[in-house]
Formats: sequence, C-alpha cells, structure tokens
Amino acid sequence: MTVADHPKGLGVQTPDKPTAAPLPTGRGIELLLLAFAAVLVTGALALVEANQEQQITRSLLYLGAAYLALFTVGHLAVRRFAPYADPLILPSVALLNGLGLVMIHRLDLARADRATLLGAEAPTSLIVRQVAWTTIGIALFIGVLWLVRDHRTLARYTYTAGFVGLILLALPGLLPSSLSEVNGAKIWLRLGVLSIQPGEFAKILLIVFFAGFLVQKRDLFSTAGRRFLGMELPRARDLAPLLVAWGLSVGVLVLERDLGTSLLFFGIVLVLLYIATERVSWMLIGLSFFVGGGVIAYQLFNHVRVRVHIWLDPFSDFNGSGYQIGQALFGLGTGGVGGTGLGAGRPDLVPFAESDFMWSSLGEELGLIGLAAVLVVYLVLVTRGLRSALAVRDSFGKLLATGLSFAVALQIFVVIGGVTKLIPLTGLTLPFLSYGGSSLVANYALVALLLRISNAARAPLPRRPPQPQAPIAEANTELVQRP
Amino acid sequence: MNTPVRRIAIAVMAMIVLLLGNLTYVQVVKAGDYRNDPRNQRVLLAEYARKRGQISADGQVLARSVETDDRLRFQRQYPDGPAYASLTGYYSVLYSSSGIERAQDSVLNGSDDRLFGRRLSDLITGRDPSGGNVVLTIKPSVQQRAYEAMADKKFAGSVVALQPQTGEILAMVSTPSFDPNPLASHNTSTQQKAWTEYNEADPPVLTNRAISETYPPGSTFKLINAAAGLQNGFTPDSQLTAAPNITLTGTNTTLENFAGTACGTSSTASLREALARSCNTAFAEMAASVGEDALRKQAEAFGIGSSDVSVPMRVVPSSIGDIPDTAALQQSGIGQRDVRVTPMQNAMMVAAIANRGQLMAPHLVKEIQGPELDTIDTTSKDRLGQAVPAGVAATLTDLMIGSENRTQGGGKITGVQIASKTGTAEHGNDPKNTPPHAWYVAFAPAANPVVAVAVLVEDGGNRSLEATGGSVAAPIGRAVIAEALRAAQ
Repeated sequence: MTVADHPKGLGVQTPDKPTAAPLPTGRGIELLLLAFAAVLVTGALALVEANQEQQITRSLLYLGAAYLALFTVGHLAVRRFAPYADPLILPSVALLNGLGLVMIHRLDLARADRATLLGAEAPTSLIVRQVAWTTIGIALFIGVLWLVRDHRTLARYTYTAGFVGLILLALPGLLPSSLSEVNGAKIWLRLGVLSIQPGEFAKILLIVFFAGFLVQKRDLFSTAGRRFLGMELPRARDLAPLLVAWGLSVGVLVLERDLGTSLLFFGIVLVLLYIATERVSWMLIGLSFFVGGGVIAYQLFNHVRVRVHIWLDPFSDFNGSGYQIGQALFGLGTGGVGGTGLGAGRPDLVPFAESDFMWSSLGEELGLIGLAAVLVVYLVLVTRGLRSALAVRDSFGKLLATGLSFAVALQIFVVIGGVTKLIPLTGLTLPFLSYGGSSLVANYALVALLLRISNAARAPLPRRPPQPQAPIAEANTELVQRP
Repeated sequence: MNTPVRRIAIAVMAMIVLLLGNLTYVQVVKAGDYRNDPRNQRVLLAEYARKRGQISADGQVLARSVETDDRLRFQRQYPDGPAYASLTGYYSVLYSSSGIERAQDSVLNGSDDRLFGRRLSDLITGRDPSGGNVVLTIKPSVQQRAYEAMADKKFAGSVVALQPQTGEILAMVSTPSFDPNPLASHNTSTQQKAWTEYNEADPPVLTNRAISETYPPGSTFKLINAAAGLQNGFTPDSQLTAAPNITLTGTNTTLENFAGTACGTSSTASLREALARSCNTAFAEMAASVGEDALRKQAEAFGIGSSDVSVPMRVVPSSIGDIPDTAALQQSGIGQRDVRVTPMQNAMMVAAIANRGQLMAPHLVKEIQGPELDTIDTTSKDRLGQAVPAGVAATLTDLMIGSENRTQGGGKITGVQIASKTGTAEHGNDPKNTPPHAWYVAFAPAANPVVAVAVLVEDGGNRSLEATGGSVAAPIGRAVIAEALRAAQ
C-alpha cells in the first residue's frame, strides 16, 4: 500500500460518471479486518496463558469479551458517523491496541509471579486499568466522530486550539514538581489518583492550530525572500512562527526534561511548514535550528549529556544509567529472529517494560519477524492517513491529516529508535501499544480525526446543478490524435 | 500541496526502513553477543526456573533440585556429594556442568524428545513443568564401599565394577573426589572459592580417572597377550622361557622379571605358570612370537582404540601405541612402553572374559523416568562384539584363578573363587625410582561371574616403591567384589 499508486489529482472520485451505482463504503472490509485482528489477538492471548500459567484461565474469556465489545461499538460508530471512512485505519488500531493489551497482561502475570515468589503482596493489575483507558479512548473516539461532523469546522477554532494546546504543553513545566514530576520527567498533571500527560492532547491541538494558521497565512510564508544556493529563502520576518515553535521545543526540553515531546513537536511544525509552502528551505532552516538547539542543550544541560552518553555506549554504565537500554538490547538479542514465543521470555527484566520499553518486550517474545509485522501495521496506519491527506479536497484537511499521520510516524520512529539504540532514548510511548492512559486516549482522538478526514475524502460529492459550459477561451487545450 | 505530502510519505517509509535495518542489526548481527553476555541473565533464569529432574540409583537420590527463595528458583543438592561426584558431576551457574548432569542434560531439564508428550499434558493440566529423572545402574552399597576403600587410605585412583553379562556399571569411583554442592551454590563467591580450590588440588579432584585418564596397564595387559597367544598356537602348557632376564631383540636393554627372579625352578615355564607368576620374560617372548598384528587385533577386540564408547560420558580411547620393532613389541606385551588404558577399559576386558568372551557396552543409565517416576525409557544391553571365543575365555579364567591363588594381599573371601590378574606398572621418566601404579582386575565367582572389577591405585598408594598390584590394589578389589556379591543376593 503506497501513496504513489494513487492517481494524481485531488479526489479519488472524479465525478466522471455521476449516474454510477453507490460507491462502496468499505465498512464490510473493515468488519472483516476487525474480525481478523480479534482472531490474532485472541490467539496471542491464548499463547500467553499457555506459556505463563501453563493453562487456559478465565481471564482469557473476560479480556476477549471486553475487546470484542469495544471494537464492535467502535465499528458501529464509524458506520453511523463516518460511513465512507478508510476501512484499514480502525482495524490497524484494533490490532495494535489488542497486542498491547496482551503484552500488558503478560507482564502483569510475570509481576504477580515474582511477588508470589518473594512472598510480597500481589501488585496492582495494569491490564484492568488499560482496558478502562481503552474504553475511555473508544468513548472519546465516538465523541469526536459525533461532534466533529466536518473537519473544516475545526479551522474556526484555530486560535482557541493553539491557546489551549500551548497551556497544556507548558503546564507541567511551570507547575511545581510535586504536581508534575513522575520518574524524573516533568510531563504529568497529577490530579489525585489520576495522572495524565497533557502533552499528548497538546500534540493534537497544536497540529489543529498550525494547520489552520498555515492555511490562513500560506501566501505570506510563500513570499520569496533572497535567493541562496538556488533556493528561495523566506523573508526574515516570516521566521517568527518557526522561532516560536523552536523556543517552545527548547522550553519543553529544559523545563520538562522531555526530549521526546520536544523532538516530536518541532518535527511536526517543520513538516507542516514544508507542506504549506512547498519550500525545502524551511526544512533546512528548521533543521539547522534543531541542530543548533541540540548542541546548546548538550553543552548546558547535564540530563541531555547523560542521555547522549548512554546512547553512545549503554554498557559502559550497565548497572547505572545504561541499565534500561542495556537490558532492552539483551531482550531483543535473546529474542533474535523468531523470538522466544509469547509468554516464554523474560521481558519483565527491563524496567518500564509495559510503557517506555514495550517495544523490547514485544521484540524479545515475537522476534524480528513479529516486530517487522507490527511496523508494517503502523506503516499501513500512517500511509492510509497520508492517503486521506492526498485525497481530501481542502487545504486545511490536507495539512491536518498529514500532521496527524506524521505525528504517529515520528513518534514511533523516536520511540523505537530510542529503544533500539538508533537515536538517544526519549520518554515517549508507542501509540496504542504501550501502557498509559493519556497516550491511548489522545491517540484515539487522533484516529477519529483521521477517519473524519478520510470520510470527507471518500464520500461521494453532493449533487451540484450542472455547471455552465466554460467559455471556449478558457477551456484547456486538448491533444487530438489523427485517426 | 500533494507533492510535499508524497515526499513526506516517502520519508516515513525511509524511517521505517531505517528502523528495520537497525532492528536487524540488533536482533541478528549482534544477537549472539547480547544473548551470551554474562550480564544477560535470561537464559540462566529460564534454566533455573524449571524443576530439574533427579539422579538416583536403586532408590537412593544422588542429585535433586530444591526450591529456594532467591533469584534462581531451584538449587541443586547432592546428598552424598564426594562419593558420587564421579557419576553425577556438578551443575553450576558459573562453571557449566559435568558428569551425568551434562551428559543427560536434555532429560533432566525436560527438553528431551522422549518427554514431549509429558510437556504437552503439563500444558493442558496446568502442572508446573519439570524435567525427567535419570536412574543409574549403580549399586549404592558397592559404590560406597569402593569409595571408602580408596578414600580411607587416601589413595589416588579409580575403581570400576561392571555386571559382566549386561555391561551395567555397578560402581565407578575416582579419588580424591570433590563435593559438588559448593559449585551448585547460588552464591557466586562460594562457587568461585570451591572452583579455585578444586582446580589447585593436588592430586587433581575434578578429573574422572575411571574414564578420562589412561595409565600403563602393566601386567594386566598379559591377559590380552595370553588371549592372542591362545589363538595362535599356544596352550596353557606351552613352554616359555623362565630366565630371570632377557635382552630385548636388537638392543642392549635387559628386561627382567619382578625382583629379578626366575620363573619357577626349571629352565622353561608353562603359560599357566608364567601367568600365575606374572613372568615378564615369558610374555615378552610370547608377544614376539605371536607378532604385532595378532596382539593389536586382540587388543582392539577387547575395545582398546575404540573412540566411541560413552557411558554416556565419553570414555577416552585406550591405545597400545606405536610398535616400531620387536623390542617394542616385547615391552608392549607386558603392558609397558606406550600401552595406555583407562580403568574402564580394563574393567571391560575382564568383564568380557567373565562373559564367555562377549564384550558388552558399559552403561550408567538404567532408565529415564518422567517427573512422576513413571518409566519412559529403559537402556537395553548392547553387545559390542566377541573379544575372544568362549573356549579361550574359559582357559583365561582358568589361568586367572591360578594367578589369584598366588596373589597375596588381604581380603580373600572364603567360599568364593575369584579369577584375577594384578599389575604393577612402571611409569615416569625414572621408572625404577617412581612408585608404580598398582592394578587389580578380577571377576567373581569364577564359575558364574556376577561382577567384574578393575582397581587402579596411582603411584603406589601407601607403599611407595614397594607397592605391587597384589599388596595395594587387590584388597580393595576383593572388598568391592565381596560387597557386590552381597548386593547381588
């Protein structure tokens, strides 16, 4: 499934034959693929039970039933509110979320086992919470589909979204640590029993803002400045938004010690600027900003230096700062090509195995083959989003869909790259796979928006009164072949 | 706006390819390094999380796994460690494993194919998976007796006792021994301390002398020489030289009888007399007479030179070495020069004579059991070949009775006729001033053998240069035979 196979032009349905039969909605395919995802997830769960408990327990039934119910409801909501939505997006999400649940359950069993061995009290079961978060996620998903009947209405809230997004992003950094710090990262809002990461929601709101803002000011940013090395540079005064985004990223990095969100946020802004202006120069300027910011941060902040040193050689301080990544690499290496099999490895040896290090947990038990398959599922999700961006007719929709899809792509790149020592480790979670409520719920909202845009892209055009014939002077020239 | 979106799509794919490339590097290229890194405990934890099967013999547990409350769930225990260490070996976190622990690892850890059905039913019924058990052919009382006989006198050496008709190993002792328990400790420093101590011990304790060390057989090799002779025209009454010494053919070296005495009172001695008195000159003459080929062929028929014997631990091959000339042949005929055998090989030799010439494969594993002590597989006896015709075996037995009756040393059993041969093997760079290895190979009862033994005591035991097979090794052999006869009743 590549974007390139898409016919050039704006819409999938060129209204050549307005009298043709009703277009296929793709809902049947979606249902079929959802059922397939359910079969895969149930199989994975049975394997975990078999390997961990040495028997099939009743939790298989409960979890399976909850999973089926959630995605049946999700599917029905799509039928009702976005009947022409892309049929591959929801099944991809369902499969990823299901695999995540299975793995979280599997790590629960390992923790319980260890507690029994040590005679300690059984730890809280994370799977129950994650199923609850999934329920909230699906509810928000349906809510977004129901509320946002046309994605273009979001453009009206450009500045509101930007304002709220900014507050959510900055809040943890500005609040005292007691209200915002968990495990060294100041990215949380601790509201009593509940902890949420507002950055995950800020991500979506800021994408909405930048998409709306850039559509409005598109001409401005496209105005040519000086030419340099064959590129048209933007005018210096138009750099302001980029500078603001850069300043925000650095602020997040410094105040919240969150390399991942910083990277993610700046990358999305760059890509949106590039798409809106179609100028490579924006990318290059942005990248040089990024490199400059990175060098300065490395010089000034110890926590950045530590991250980079761990990245270069995690084994030099294996029992200290390099322990997590070292254990993750051991897990991945032990898994090898085929993996140890679900439930048969020891992913629980890696700290944060169910959240930040979900990828190494999967890699140990599913092996390279399993990880490649999961990556392909992510790729399907992202490319279907980008395909919707290509097919949708309005600029705001294009920017929004690209921004949301790219946010998923960049996030998985940053997380997986970090866990596998391709780039320095950051504190982000894998969309839909990792344990964590905020990330899951926010990503369901993200997917709802993508489905909404894809629905607009694939829905048949409303019947318009026949257009008057264009005057011959304005008609395009046609190439006529001689018989 | 579509062109940049397409470029972004290509960039996304490039990112995924980059991730896949890096994953391939981590999970394929570097996988082995990561998996085997000593700081990676995954393989170890998996191994120790499962209950390893026990090793037992005749109802007595020799090695078992008990649950602990530390990081590694099960710990290995050896209730009577040193006496059985030559059988069980050890099972250590840092230093791998040896003995049956190593040779039967797949059964003990449960991965053996014969336990497949069992694993499947564990999965369905929800039992904790555990390994299979190994039951040895060892008779604990015989093993204990042999070990004590050697250890009490602080002898370095080995005792092997076989059931002649089946090849079952009734005892296999190597002394001085070691206690495998500290090596199986979950405490790293305990393991390290024991390992250093065992490796620096002198004489060495970790080598299994019964199967991993070869020694010059000395006069015990005269049985093979005699077996070759009996099939090449000699009879028990054939006359051989009785001279106290001879000069080796083509050299100035003299070869003399033990203590420089003549072989009896006449100028010649019968083969019967020569074997009973263990006359070197007579057997040197006979070896030269039967020739290298016949001697070598006979040695091979008894299993010497065979490199694929395993009990299931591998037995190092014995050898009679190069025989370039007649002088070498004369020396080899009395078990000196380059002839080297393991105590196991010598036990196999007498067991074959006891078993009407048939050589049986020696084995330690009687049966494989499932975790619930249900029998899964039984070792059946395996005939390796006919070492000598039954008639020759009977003649040799007759000659060995003569030898036993002339052999001194204590421990004779009233009412039981033993057939035996002693050996006092010179070795080292200065053979005349180095305490010899003392051998005693025997079986009993001569008429209806139920046990065959080989005893080796290194470096003269407690008698130093005065040591002979009869004075040092024979009492131990007879004690082991007595215990085996008691156990067989």
